[in-house]
Amino acid sequence: MNKKRLLLAGLLIWLSAQVYAQENHSGDLLIKNAQVITITNGSLENTDVLVKKGIITEIGTNLKASKNTKTVDASGQYLMPGIIDAHSHLALEVINEASSPITAEVQMRDVIDPFDISIYRALAGGTTISHAMHGSANVIGGQNVTLKHRYGTRDPNRLIMEEAPRTIKFALGENPTRVHGIGKNLQPRSRMGVEAVIRNGFEEALQYKAAWGKWNLEKQKKEINTAPPKYSSRLQTLVDILEGKIIIHCHSYRADEIYMLIQVCKEYGVDKIVFSHVNEGFKVAPELAKYTMGASVFSDWWAYKFEVYYSTAYNAAILTKNGVVTSINSDSDELIRHLYHEAAKTQRYGGLTDNEALALITINPAKQLGIDKYVGSIEVGKQADLVLFDNHPLSIYAIPQMTWVDGIKYFDRKSDQADQRIKINLKRSPDPFRLSTGSHDCMQDVDMSFTENYHN
Amino acid sequence: MKKLKILIWCCCFLLSQGLMAQIEGEVIKPYKANFLLTNAKIYTVTKGILEGHDLLIEDGLIKAIGKDIPHQNHSIIDCSGKSLYPGFIDSGTSLGIVEINSLTETQDYMELGKFTPQMQALTAVNPNGVAIPVTRVSGVTTVLTQPRGGYFPGTAALINLNGYTPAQMFGGFKGLIMNFPSAVRSGSNDNRSLEDLEKSATKTLDEINILWEKAATYLAIKTKGGEMDYYPEMEQLSKVLNKELPLLIEVNAAKDIVLALEWIKEKDVKIVLTGVAEGWKVAEKIAAASVSVITGPVLALPTRDSDNYDSPYNNPALLHKAGVKVALRTMESENVRNLPFNAGFAAAYGMGTTEALKAITINPAEIFGVSDSIGSLEEGKKATLFIADGDPFEPKTQVHQVFINGYRIPMTNRHIRLYQEFLDREMQP
Repeated sequence: MNKKRLLLAGLLIWLSAQVYAQENHSGDLLIKNAQVITITNGSLENTDVLVKKGIITEIGTNLKASKNTKTVDASGQYLMPGIIDAHSHLALEVINEASSPITAEVQMRDVIDPFDISIYRALAGGTTISHAMHGSANVIGGQNVTLKHRYGTRDPNRLIMEEAPRTIKFALGENPTRVHGIGKNLQPRSRMGVEAVIRNGFEEALQYKAAWGKWNLEKQKKEINTAPPKYSSRLQTLVDILEGKIIIHCHSYRADEIYMLIQVCKEYGVDKIVFSHVNEGFKVAPELAKYTMGASVFSDWWAYKFEVYYSTAYNAAILTKNGVVTSINSDSDELIRHLYHEAAKTQRYGGLTDNEALALITINPAKQLGIDKYVGSIEVGKQADLVLFDNHPLSIYAIPQMTWVDGIKYFDRKSDQADQRIKINLKRSPDPFRLSTGSHDCMQDVDMSFTENYHN
Repeated sequence: MKKLKILIWCCCFLLSQGLMAQIEGEVIKPYKANFLLTNAKIYTVTKGILEGHDLLIEDGLIKAIGKDIPHQNHSIIDCSGKSLYPGFIDSGTSLGIVEINSLTETQDYMELGKFTPQMQALTAVNPNGVAIPVTRVSGVTTVLTQPRGGYFPGTAALINLNGYTPAQMFGGFKGLIMNFPSAVRSGSNDNRSLEDLEKSATKTLDEINILWEKAATYLAIKTKGGEMDYYPEMEQLSKVLNKELPLLIEVNAAKDIVLALEWIKEKDVKIVLTGVAEGWKVAEKIAAASVSVITGPVLALPTRDSDNYDSPYNNPALLHKAGVKVALRTMESENVRNLPFNAGFAAAYGMGTTEALKAITINPAEIFGVSDSIGSLEEGKKATLFIADGDPFEPKTQVHQVFINGYRIPMTNRHIRLYQEFLDREMQP
């Protein structure tokens, strides 16, 4: 009798574990009768989207799914691809390693904080992927990591989008010159110095590569009688950049510095580069269109520091109309919650079409992160990162209703509860009050004694 | 001699070229005239929506609203298919008193010291700030611009976004800012115990109370005609005590709001609560105190990690539903143009379009005591309004023409000029 009970209890536990697993990892889903905004293939009325194991398998009408597949009736609602933020600092414990003008060796994947409530809030705004970047203190900063917002996990690695290629942060202008030049009397103190730091870094990397090449050749010929060159993860990362294995995402504002880096990259044969913020990108839009992977901009931020004084909210529209792959990013835990609204502003400032505007937060950032094969549009074969709105997502009245990552629902407005933290520090209860409209995060963790201002 | 003539001719030619070069890119100035806006959909705010009506602007005022108003020497603007709205009012900004936020040289919103109520935001308003034309083309015509920092940072002023001097911009309202002491932990690095927090807040409030009593004494002596030394701080604060100036109390955490409500109970002065980020937690208490609220930005993060993601979006609606008169603010300087979008979010999250519209028009006009001249489209009010081709909360909508006190505002600014200059650039790579 006892044994039977034990067995039954065991079975129950096993069963519930199975249910739990299905709830959380199966990713089968059927969304019915939605207005489907595919981004790459127009807008489809009363259309179903079928998802199996996290992948979109069918788009059409009257689609049928197996009995156990969760079905969502989306009549009168708008389904679009999960929003992608190409410049974020969400879910990071630290942002800047401000100790040297070049810190290419540090990796943001080492400092992921899966408990950051901002992940949930981003999901509640329809954002399913963010590019968690190193800060802008250094000319060549650390390596970034592309995150999928699989909120709820305690494992930082579960948040990483493993398919995403490597990317690295560069930064030009005021921030690196303030931190190193003004703060530490180290080059760069000016935009001339910024160029010099990059060129010196690239040249040193080429020498490093040559030294290893020579040693490896000698090793092959078994003529080896010297120790190998000293390994440097910093220089090796720069070599990887020069070999096109890493996409540069460069914090930049002014047209002159953007043009400078385009020239340097051309000289070193680097073409995988995206300019970020790039407030004066509109002045060199034809150059950005011809030589780069695009520009990731703010919808309307300007005048918070001198190098963004001569900005225009029409930046995204000018870039788009000049053929630059353009995205709109947040760089803020607040803005990341309504990137659909930020994209909508390009309709006021420059009259972009619905599809042009929505591409700014879906397929275009996907291209800039090198993940457009997997996400950024609603297409068969792509990952089922989706968001459902009650109104057209570019309307001010649009409210995200449900958000899925890999076909798994991570946000549902109807069942949203107040406290979504997954780790609570009872010592700090009630949790601290914080007034914020979203700080500009790029300069976080930089010692303010030598930076004075807290701006990205 | 002939050579000289040629030289003179050449000089004249060059001079004329120079003059012509100066005329190129001519600037459009705001100008006043009699305008007849015909066949518009008029959102009066106070008297409903009027379809197919005309609105007559004369001498800077709304002279008439009606059907088929006869025109004579009026500049006619056909508004068929378009809507008229009263100019939007942002009830809390630092517009005009800072040019570039990170440059201390351009930060005129904060003076040294904790007790500086006599500092006048209006004095520091730069009528030619680049952000002013950037703002007003969005339909935001009027803003409260306010100093910050300390217990009593200074006196805020309502300004219209057109004028060559601060006096010409002045919108008829001033209010004294007070920062209510906070008894809650702020930010992730604040590790003070609850006891310490309360002690520190009580100490600050005691200091404020002493200042308050001093102001009362100052006022009493002054009223009785006593002679006093120049004491501008007390002179200004005493204006609150005799109800010449309202007190705008900045307070945000729920616990602090309750303490502030307690503090104002005995005070016979005009009071508005500002900030009120956690107002939704104590909305009933605020309503019971019959005090108006200026809240925002709506597009903000929740104040606590444990709060609903949408609590800042819901806050204006929940305050309104509790019976509180609500006005909205952005607390922006260069991006005050986002006020209509803040109102839009409040509308979407429970407030509804009608109430959200009031929160940036008639409500602030009433709170600031200027509803006889702005805040709605009514005959006799100032012609501070705009023409839009749709719902001004929608990003897609274009604002076609703005009027401020009857002045037709040029619909351009540096952002638009850069667009025109660089959209289709010469010299391709």
